[in-house]
Amino acid sequence: MFLSRLRLPSSEIQSTLTCNGQSAMSGGCGRNPPPFPDNEDQEAELDTQVLDSDDDDDEGEDIFTGARSKPITPTSAPDEGDIFSEEGSYVRSDVHHATNGLHSDEELDLFTEATVELTLTNTTSQGRREIIGPTASACNTTRVPNSILKPSIVTKTMEELEEEESGDQFELNIAVTNPEKIGDGMNAYMSYKVSTQTTLPMFLNKTFSVRRRFSDFLGLYEKISAKHSLLGCIIPPPPQKSVVGMTKVKVGKEDSSSAEFVEKRRAALERYLQRVVAHPSLLQDPDVREFLERDELPRAVNTQALSGPGLLKMINRASDAVNKMTIKMNESDNWFESKLQEVENEEQLLRRLHAAVDSLVNHRKELCSNTVVFSKSVAMLGSVEENSALSRALSQLAEVEDKMEQLHQQQAFSDFFILAELLADYVRLLGAVRCCFEQRMKVWQRLQEAQSTLQKKREAEAKLLWANKPEKLQQAKDDINEWESKVSQYERDFERVTCTVRKEMLRFEKEKARDFKQHIVKYLESLLHTQHRLVKCWEAFLPEAKAIA
Amino acid sequence: VQFGAFQHSCSNKIYLLLVRSVSVDLNNDASLVIDIPDALCERDKVKFTVHTKTTLSSFQKPEFSVPRQHEEFIWLHDTIVETEEYAGLIIPPAPPKPDFEGPREKMHKLGEGESSMTKEEYAKMKQELEAEYLAVFKKTVQVHEVFLQRFSSHPIFRKDRNFQIFLEYDQDLSVRRKNAKEMFGGFFKNMVKSADEVLISGVKEVDEFFEQEKTFLLDYSSKIKDATAKAEKMTRSHKNVADDYNHISGALNSTAADNNTAFKKHLEKYAEVFEKLRKLEDRVASDQELKLTELLRYYTRDIQAAKDLLYRRARALADNENSNKALDKARLKGKDIAQAEENQKQCLQKFDKLSESGKKELTSFKARRVVAFRKNLIEMTELEIKHAKVRRLKCCVYHYMFTRQCSGSHGKPGNLREF
Repeated sequence: MFLSRLRLPSSEIQSTLTCNGQSAMSGGCGRNPPPFPDNEDQEAELDTQVLDSDDDDDEGEDIFTGARSKPITPTSAPDEGDIFSEEGSYVRSDVHHATNGLHSDEELDLFTEATVELTLTNTTSQGRREIIGPTASACNTTRVPNSILKPSIVTKTMEELEEEESGDQFELNIAVTNPEKIGDGMNAYMSYKVSTQTTLPMFLNKTFSVRRRFSDFLGLYEKISAKHSLLGCIIPPPPQKSVVGMTKVKVGKEDSSSAEFVEKRRAALERYLQRVVAHPSLLQDPDVREFLERDELPRAVNTQALSGPGLLKMINRASDAVNKMTIKMNESDNWFESKLQEVENEEQLLRRLHAAVDSLVNHRKELCSNTVVFSKSVAMLGSVEENSALSRALSQLAEVEDKMEQLHQQQAFSDFFILAELLADYVRLLGAVRCCFEQRMKVWQRLQEAQSTLQKKREAEAKLLWANKPEKLQQAKDDINEWESKVSQYERDFERVTCTVRKEMLRFEKEKARDFKQHIVKYLESLLHTQHRLVKCWEAFLPEAKAIA
Repeated sequence: VQFGAFQHSCSNKIYLLLVRSVSVDLNNDASLVIDIPDALCERDKVKFTVHTKTTLSSFQKPEFSVPRQHEEFIWLHDTIVETEEYAGLIIPPAPPKPDFEGPREKMHKLGEGESSMTKEEYAKMKQELEAEYLAVFKKTVQVHEVFLQRFSSHPIFRKDRNFQIFLEYDQDLSVRRKNAKEMFGGFFKNMVKSADEVLISGVKEVDEFFEQEKTFLLDYSSKIKDATAKAEKMTRSHKNVADDYNHISGALNSTAADNNTAFKKHLEKYAEVFEKLRKLEDRVASDQELKLTELLRYYTRDIQAAKDLLYRRARALADNENSNKALDKARLKGKDIAQAEENQKQCLQKFDKLSESGKKELTSFKARRVVAFRKNLIEMTELEIKHAKVRRLKCCVYHYMFTRQCSGSHGKPGNLREF
């Protein structure tokens, strides 16, 4: 359907295919300059590279490459890597549209959607947040692997670990909603409703909700971190504190930037909790359960350390430490080393992406304000215009541009909440991953130290034997026993941490791929909505433009 | 349709494939048809190929082409402006100088960074550069073409000898650079112009038609200038958004070469999505510019030309009044009466002629403006619809591709039915 060659009636166009043969560019263009052709009766057959305006050829291939290259039969095992070939992939032929042929006159519309309409009806707009934000129904299916229930220290193979991942599924949905300002002045705070809906038996009810404030979330992080990070788990970092943002809210500024801040925080808290409960070990933690269930929570103190910059510092220190230690570790396989490198590279990439998306958000906001200003200007022009049909059309155009502004606004919202926040979250998550690797380093270091202490004790014993001091010998033997059992313990710890970190990375990578895909899909949906509304707006305007006389 | 393409080399030669003009229907008289089928850009100079087809006997051949540079168009404009006979006509506004500053900068960057870029990056940047050049080309060819077509479609201008020379003379017109005196003269002319503005608002108008025109043109002129500026800002923002998509796509593609993770493959696929979004956003921006912003720009200039006509008429009116006063004075003094009478007669004649032809011109100007707005607004709307549909389709397809395997997750193919 997407043509790869374009034939145009020669009376319309005279063509000159040229290239400067003496190109000194490395690589050159490789084509010889043809002479100016006799234009009139030649059909200009143009190479598609040359055509730029509609750019359809590569698009055709691109879009359907994925479709075409996949086999018709369902693929076998779920492949972690390929997003296009999970279970049961097949090619749907109704996506292909019949070629429409060329229009003879001006608009050589090579896109068949001009006449082949996808029947698109308006979605019931459910309000911004629900379209783009994670909703309660965006189920966060948590999988509770059976392995958690039976402790096992043996290192598992990657396959076994994968199998455990796709274990039994239970449902747990979390939503953070209804931000409410409690109190006044500088002691005021925002309270959020945390609602849970679950079929898990460990909870008292199936649906319940509590109110929590921001410091409660930080307190939860602290508790989780204290317990689980030593085991090598990746602990999701909490949303960042913001003095500026909160002060505005406290002071009572009822403007859009405060509302935006509150919405940003609400969404961030929701994502944070969803990540926490998506983690099988954390879900089992009684502190997490208490957070979700208990009506009144004792106030968390000393959360300053967990403010944005504090946390960041901690993470950065971790990475420095890890960098120093990596060289010393003698790995049996360099899985950890290369994984860490990957993580660091990825973090850089995501930072870069985040900056680009940030710029997108800002420029789109600028587009909004420029559109509004333009709309007013067009309205003024229309009011001055003496031809009444043109005047009416211009004021209609002003209205269309107004609607455009709203659409751009919504799109900026999506750009931010779907893309920018995702990237920001993952930059911090990757920091947490590095912490996790550092943890393993620490455990290893402790083992090394214990081993070297044991060695020293043994040497001490040998010395005593030689010096023949039997009364101190017993002490030495006791020491050795103590350190032998310590070494043994630390070896087991190290094994366990190694295993956990591996498992965590696997789980994390799967989550990340799924997360990104879900968000891109959501983003595409938001674009779809916007474009659909755009089409409707302009289609409504077209008769007005045609009515000018 | 419009399309174009070109290659560039380090000697900065750029060839353009044309661009069918999207102007007002000024070519509907087959006796004299003018178009600019292609143009060549070499360093700072643009050479337009002016192609004429005619059945008029005043021309030597029925069909011919000449190369013309921008300066020669300006020469034609200035010659016409200075022709006293045409004082009662709206002189088509001179086309603005082709501005390749933006793409030229980019080409420079491309040349410098060639060694540090991968083959793909280089090819991509080259493609973007070509698109930018194309956009500037479209604009400048359009505006130069319309300029000529205004002359060819006007019953009086089309007979102008200088116009015919411009079309036909196959040698260089040897347009000499304006010397200092002329340039200064131009500056002086502008000062006089603003004096005219005072004049035009100050003069006592007897004719209702011109009174209304004056009010309308002065008001419209400021509003359309404003709308043009705002449209330019809006188009600029669209381009910035397209640029951002470009950076996003570039970043997604920039994962380390030795990274073979599955995630990288995902990212590359997402990069594709953003690349498509960029192209579409770019096209929206340039089509909007070509149809809307350029329309507003053009009519800002045309309104100025109409105002110029009013100024000339106002001056003639002032001259007329002065000549009346001079005649009265001469009669009182009894000296030089015949001369004063002659002068008064000429001033009156000139003023009447200007008024008569001015009225015709301004009336046809209204019609022309309405037609142009209609055509461009329709075309712009149709393009907006087309681009939005394309984007919608592509989002649909990508959405489908990314979700078709999921039965349990959020993005069901079924979601598409909601649309």
